[in-house]
Amino acid sequence: MSQKVLLNATEVKIALHRLACQLIENHDTFSNTVLIGIQPRGVFLAERIKSLLETDYKIKNIQLGYLDITFYRDDFRRNDKTIEASKTKVNFLVEGKRVVFIDDVLYTGRSIRAALTAVQSFGRPSEIELLTFIDRRFSRHLPIQPDYRGRQVDAINNEKVKVCWQENDGEDAVYLINN
Amino acid sequence: MSELSVKHLLGIKYITEADIHLIFETADHFKEVINRSIKKVPSLRDITIANLFFENSTRTRLSFELAEKRLSADVVNFSASSSSVKKGETLVDTVNNILSMKVDMVVMRHPNPGAGVFLSKHINASIINAGDGAHEHPTQALLDTYSIREKLGDVAGKNVVIVGDILHSRVALSNIFALQKLGANVKVCGPKTLLPKYIESLGVGVETNLQKALQWCDVANMLRVQNERMDISYFPTTREYTQQFGLNKQLLDSLDKEIVVMHPGPINRGVEITSDVADSKQAIILNQVENGVAIRMAVLYLLASKIDRNED
Repeated sequence: MSQKVLLNATEVKIALHRLACQLIENHDTFSNTVLIGIQPRGVFLAERIKSLLETDYKIKNIQLGYLDITFYRDDFRRNDKTIEASKTKVNFLVEGKRVVFIDDVLYTGRSIRAALTAVQSFGRPSEIELLTFIDRRFSRHLPIQPDYRGRQVDAINNEKVKVCWQENDGEDAVYLINN
Repeated sequence: MSELSVKHLLGIKYITEADIHLIFETADHFKEVINRSIKKVPSLRDITIANLFFENSTRTRLSFELAEKRLSADVVNFSASSSSVKKGETLVDTVNNILSMKVDMVVMRHPNPGAGVFLSKHINASIINAGDGAHEHPTQALLDTYSIREKLGDVAGKNVVIVGDILHSRVALSNIFALQKLGANVKVCGPKTLLPKYIESLGVGVETNLQKALQWCDVANMLRVQNERMDISYFPTTREYTQQFGLNKQLLDSLDKEIVVMHPGPINRGVEITSDVADSKQAIILNQVENGVAIRMAVLYLLASKIDRNED
């Protein structure tokens, strides 16, 4: 197993600031916008973006929820092991809201497909956008593309892209891992 | 560890402590789901479940059916009173007929102890025991212990007394196994005629004075007097039973602590528990019912994930 650094801490920081700015361009004061982090690993990115928007760009009252997609996946009983669920925390209705899904890596697009179904339990959003930190090009199984991306990566199928966050993994970095 | 150690849920006796914790954690997630405005998830949409009730039931059957529907499974119902069982068909024949209609899971209630275990040896589908005679009622014990965990934070180290008809009760037996696996101390309390002779060999304390039992416990689980299972007289009159083993407000107030009161339903108001106690804040009877759906969703979900697609 070998691994290569795709983005170091400084590059991660720059990309986060750029993503925050792009969100502001489209959503202005976030008065009708809600952020939804996809469990389990999208929530670290979502929390980061939220605190960036609040501290560096002085946007107040941003609504952030966590969405777990375990029970909506289409690979139930197709995997060897049961997939463990994480907590869903959506304390608001998304009816008529502009929703931004936030996840760390976009690969096959199946998680986002599940998230699109899952979010319907909380109402009918007026629109849904997708923000992803790493976009693995050429590996999609479904017609799903991000609206905001931190970095586009060409990785082959037996390679794994891992996004590490300070609060969970002890550092900010993105690795390409070759099995 | 994210998988059950068993393929069927036939009784608490056959599962491990880790299994119980996994079911609880999964139920936590489903409890959040059933409190949404849209209470349905598509997890089990390619699963068909048969509910076979060879004995009457309202609550358990409704709870299972709701759990199945909220997981998007296809459901077929069967009750013995309106079926070919009356015409003399055997259990294995009945079930095999239903299975040839491509059913993946069977939820079964049966008056004979061991019916689930027997069936699991003869058919391929995943079986959930919804009560077999006076043997076990595993999902009831899971929802009872889950409700204790929810109310008191943990089950381990708690003192739980089960009061009433222990002899005829599958709820009592499953509860004893579940509570002991989770590290609680268990006592039973009731008329000596309704306490099985072997009960102490299970490591359960016996107390025939309700006042003393309540003073000792953190949780009192009041069982129903099962008149329909009593072939002979086990106590002189219902009134005498109520005087000695019925829980009333006066008795509850005489304790120097606040205990949690549970009842698996259906309640005989004024017999094993008075109305003011059943409707008091200390009673978590309706929480038990709500948790029942979440627990059954968790059990169905975890067992369904073990069904091998290649066998289909």
